[in-house]
Amino acid sequence: MSKMKKIFSALALSVLLAIPAPTLAAPASGKAPELQKWSFAGIFGTYDTNQLQRGFQIFQEVCSTCHGASLIAFRNLTEAGGPEFPESQIKQLASEYYIIDPELEEGERPAILADQWPNPFATEREAREVNGGALPPDFSVLAKARNLAKKFPMNFYDMATAYQEGGADFIYNLLVNYEDEPPHGVEIADNQQYNSFLGRGIAMMSPLMEELVEYDGDGVPLTVEQYAKDVTAFMYWMADPHLVSRKTIGLNVLIFLSVFALLMYLVKRRIWAGVKH
Amino acid sequence: MSSHSNYNPTNPVEKWFDERLPLIRFSKEHLMDFPTPKNINYWWTMGAVLAIVLVVQIVTGIILAMHYVPNIEMAFDSVEHIRRNVNYGRIIQGTHAVGASMFFFAVYIHMFRGLYYGSYKAPREILWILGVIIFLLMMATSFLGYTLPWGQMSYWGATVITNVFSAIPLVGTPILEFLRGGFVVDNPTLNRFFSLHYLLPFIIAAVVALHIWALHVPGNGNPTGVEVKSNADTIPFHPYYTMKDLFVIVVFFIPFAWFVFFAPDILGHADNYIRANPFVTPAHIVPEWYLLPFYAMLRAVDFDVLFINAKLGGVIVMFGSILILMVLPWLDKSKTRSGNYRPMFKPFFWLFVLNFLMLMYLGAQVAEGIYVILSKVGTAYYFGYFLIVLPILARIETPKPLPNSISESILDKHEAKAAKKIQIGGEGNE
Repeated sequence: MSKMKKIFSALALSVLLAIPAPTLAAPASGKAPELQKWSFAGIFGTYDTNQLQRGFQIFQEVCSTCHGASLIAFRNLTEAGGPEFPESQIKQLASEYYIIDPELEEGERPAILADQWPNPFATEREAREVNGGALPPDFSVLAKARNLAKKFPMNFYDMATAYQEGGADFIYNLLVNYEDEPPHGVEIADNQQYNSFLGRGIAMMSPLMEELVEYDGDGVPLTVEQYAKDVTAFMYWMADPHLVSRKTIGLNVLIFLSVFALLMYLVKRRIWAGVKH
Repeated sequence: MSSHSNYNPTNPVEKWFDERLPLIRFSKEHLMDFPTPKNINYWWTMGAVLAIVLVVQIVTGIILAMHYVPNIEMAFDSVEHIRRNVNYGRIIQGTHAVGASMFFFAVYIHMFRGLYYGSYKAPREILWILGVIIFLLMMATSFLGYTLPWGQMSYWGATVITNVFSAIPLVGTPILEFLRGGFVVDNPTLNRFFSLHYLLPFIIAAVVALHIWALHVPGNGNPTGVEVKSNADTIPFHPYYTMKDLFVIVVFFIPFAWFVFFAPDILGHADNYIRANPFVTPAHIVPEWYLLPFYAMLRAVDFDVLFINAKLGGVIVMFGSILILMVLPWLDKSKTRSGNYRPMFKPFFWLFVLNFLMLMYLGAQVAEGIYVILSKVGTAYYFGYFLIVLPILARIETPKPLPNSISESILDKHEAKAAKKIQIGGEGNE
């Protein structure tokens, strides 16, 4: 048994040493990010349906005027493990959007549940024209396309705790760190606003402000921080829509493998009991 | 090795079949009765793990190929389609991606085992060389596979790595254009990479078959490095090692599942969730963790040597770092196989392991300042270990006395253990 222990600790150590921090797109000169407690982080992580619904509200009322979400279908908004809106509500919502279809006489038709979320701009050129030359990125996988670099050994701590929510932390910190004026001596372009998390100007003007979106009842604070948390959670769901079912299966798999491993260890020990080795 | 067969078909159908195609006899000889040293330890279990992971990769890969579209306009979305819309697609795709990392993790343990216990020495040179070929094929396959999602890291990784070939004098550019199917990485590149990514695992499987064949001619090595001398030294592969290997495979699947279900993206790069864009170069182009030591050695050469410029030098060093393994059996002439009996070898070996991990760390860092200097030192030691340390040690080292046989070493171990127990017990009674 002590030999086994030695081997497994050696294995664990070699994992710890072997996998270095991937160098990722962290802001070069910005201020230290504030990490959030995401409900979907860790092995028991799961989405908060109410938060996703609030996040969707912000996405729909604020973000979606410039940002697309081309991989999301209306039906996804009704599915388990997501915002879980009632189907009738999303059917109604979809019918308020138009899908361009040159085959039709009218050239367009109301969207149905199966349709993808329509892009706010027909072409990239149009999007850039409206946004001062900048292209608002699509939201579908954006929460996965950003990350906060963690240095050794914190990257191993993240692996050991299954924390891969660096993208959510990145987006939250971006949203809450807009400044009215750049710090003294920092030059930014005319059509940019200074963001102290990035430590530079960004073409997207501060999209959130207090009491911008009216939540239904329930006493959730109408602050920039709350909005940022909610919309980030929604963006993370868009990027990883099957997270809840995956983690649920994963827990069962882990329990199964642990019991199986224990049984196999006993089998092995029994078989070898009579053999000097 | 048919001497160890005790297959006696009694059923007439089995007998009839055996006389025409002795498939069952072969399986029994090689998968069940094969005489295996009694004393091989847990470091010898990675071979079975690797075989299983190869099967996992092939099965998940075939399923992914049913849904994947190798076209630059659709590849990224088709991978997302798998993750979002294919039943259990997120898990199948995650298993395949994490599986590549687990594959390399196991192969590195397997290779360092071989380096420590002298598994490359006569009569196992061919077995070792086949292993190096499998490793090369694995690297090629993982690189090709990484380009398929057609994200930013896919595209720029493909650009950087194919560019490596342009360093070859005279034929470099034609080779580069042949690999890419054009002047730049584009749709033809993706098509051929997909085709080759589907092909290579089956070639790996074939070389694995040769690898096992070459293993079953001399039989397994063991921690003493003393060859099997009598039946007392061995036990049948089944059930002793089948069950031991299966135990380790199940244990190995626990961290595997951990990554697949709870953090399938943590071993990858966020940049690969951005669609490939030939006009935007990522700030840092970094390969996957398992290729980093070799990437560090490629970048360590930033100086010209005579007529060899830095670029070509780096390429020579990178490929040389793997090809040197092929001639290792003739560089290390020490008659003693196992590191356990080589007191001078041991510290150099563990330094080699640490050096490899350091290179892995350096491969992910920006190529400037102290990192470049350390990369050069690491590269020098990597080659120095094979070209200087091992040949010299073979001449000057006095190995510890070897046991006469495997069974004798087992007996000694148990006697020593029993003596220790008595001693401890005695102290307790006083």
